[in-house]
Amino acid sequence: MIAQRQMHAGEASALTMSALAALLEQRTGQRIAANRAWRIDTALKPIATERGMASIDALVAEVRGGGNAALADQIVDALLNQETSFFRDAGAIETAAEAIATVATGRPRIWCAGCSTGQEPLSLSMALTEREVEHELIATDVSGHAINRARAGRYSQFEIQRGLATMRMLRWFDQDGSDWIARPALVRGINFRRSNVVLDTPPGRIFDGVLCRNVLFYLAPDLRPRVLDAIADSLRPGGLLMLGAGETVIGQSDRFAPSKRFRGLYELVAPKPAA
Amino acid sequence: MKSCLVVDDSKVIRKVARHILEGLDFTVSEAGDGQEALDACRSKMPDVILLDWNMPVMSGMDFLRALRTTDAAPRPKVVFCTTENGVAHIRAAIDAGADEYVMKPFDRETLASKLQIVGVA
Repeated sequence: MIAQRQMHAGEASALTMSALAALLEQRTGQRIAANRAWRIDTALKPIATERGMASIDALVAEVRGGGNAALADQIVDALLNQETSFFRDAGAIETAAEAIATVATGRPRIWCAGCSTGQEPLSLSMALTEREVEHELIATDVSGHAINRARAGRYSQFEIQRGLATMRMLRWFDQDGSDWIARPALVRGINFRRSNVVLDTPPGRIFDGVLCRNVLFYLAPDLRPRVLDAIADSLRPGGLLMLGAGETVIGQSDRFAPSKRFRGLYELVAPKPAA
Repeated sequence: MKSCLVVDDSKVIRKVARHILEGLDFTVSEAGDGQEALDACRSKMPDVILLDWNMPVMSGMDFLRALRTTDAAPRPKVVFCTTENGVAHIRAAIDAGADEYVMKPFDRETLASKLQIVGVA
C-alpha cells in the first residue's frame, strides 16, 4: 500500500492516489511502492497537459469507474517502472546464457518475463548467438508501449551505452542519427508479446529457462507465489529460473531450489512421486 | 582504490567527470591535453584513462597511439569520451587501442557501466 505520508506528497489528492493504486493493481498486479510514489506527478503530468487537463485529479477522474480504457492504458503504462539496461547486473546474462544452453536438450527456448523495452532479451540473444547457440526467445511485458519499443529495437545514445560494450554495439546495432537500431539478425529469434505475468497463463512445460528479473518485487506479496507457480508450470523438467538480484523464491515457492551448478539461478524441483 | 586520469580540454567536463569518478571511489587526476596526459603517465601510470578526442597541443588519438607504443605494465585501460559519435570514429579509436568508447553527453550510469566493462569498477 502507498504510505499515507507519501500519498499527499505530490499535487494529486488522496482520492486520486487511491484510484491510481487500484487501477495499477487491477491491471498489472503491481503496487505503487512508497518510495516511488513521488514519481506519479512526473509520470502523469505530461499526459494531463497533452489532453488539456488542468490537473492529475481531472485526468484520473476520466478513467474512474472504468471509463476511457485507452486513457487508462496510457496511465498504467506511465506508472510502470520500465527501468532496464543491456547486460544488467554484471555477469547475470552471461551466466543465464551459459546455464540455459547447458541444460537444454535441443534448441533452447527461453521466456523473458517483464522484458520492458527489450534490452534484456536482446542481451541474452547476443550472449547466446556469440556462443553459437541457436535459440528461441519469447519476451513479454505488461506495457504495450514498452513492447512496441522493444519490437522497434531502437535505442537512444544514453540507452545503448548503458551496459553494452562498444564492440557488441558495433556488431549488433546500426547507427541512425543519434539512435542505434538492433540488426535483424539479432531480433529474428525474439517474439515480443504484450502479456501480463499475473493474469495470463503461459504455455505449459515448453521453456528451458525463464528470466523474471525485477518483476516480483513490484507485485503484491500474495501474487508472487501464484506467478512463481505459473513459471514452474511453463518450464520443462530441469528448467532454470533467474530472478532479479534482490529477489528470491524462498518463502514463496517450494517448486524451485537454488541451483548447485549455476550460481544465481534456481532449478525446477522434480515433483515427488505419489505415495 | 583505482586511479583515473581525466584528459579533456574542458574544465567543466573534467569537473563533472571527477565528481562522478570520485563517487565511484576512484582517485582522480586531470590533464588538459594529450601532451600533459603523456607527462602524467610517465610520472605515474593510472589504472584507467578517460580521454577526449579533440584537444589542443596533442589530440586524444595521438596520445593513445603514443601511449600504446610504451611498455607500460600493467597496461592502462583507455576509455574514449568524446562528441565524435560516428561509427568511423568509434572504430578508429578501438583499432588504435581504446578499450571502450563513451559518446558525450554521458551520465553516471553510462560511465559506471563502461568502467565495469573494462574491469576497473
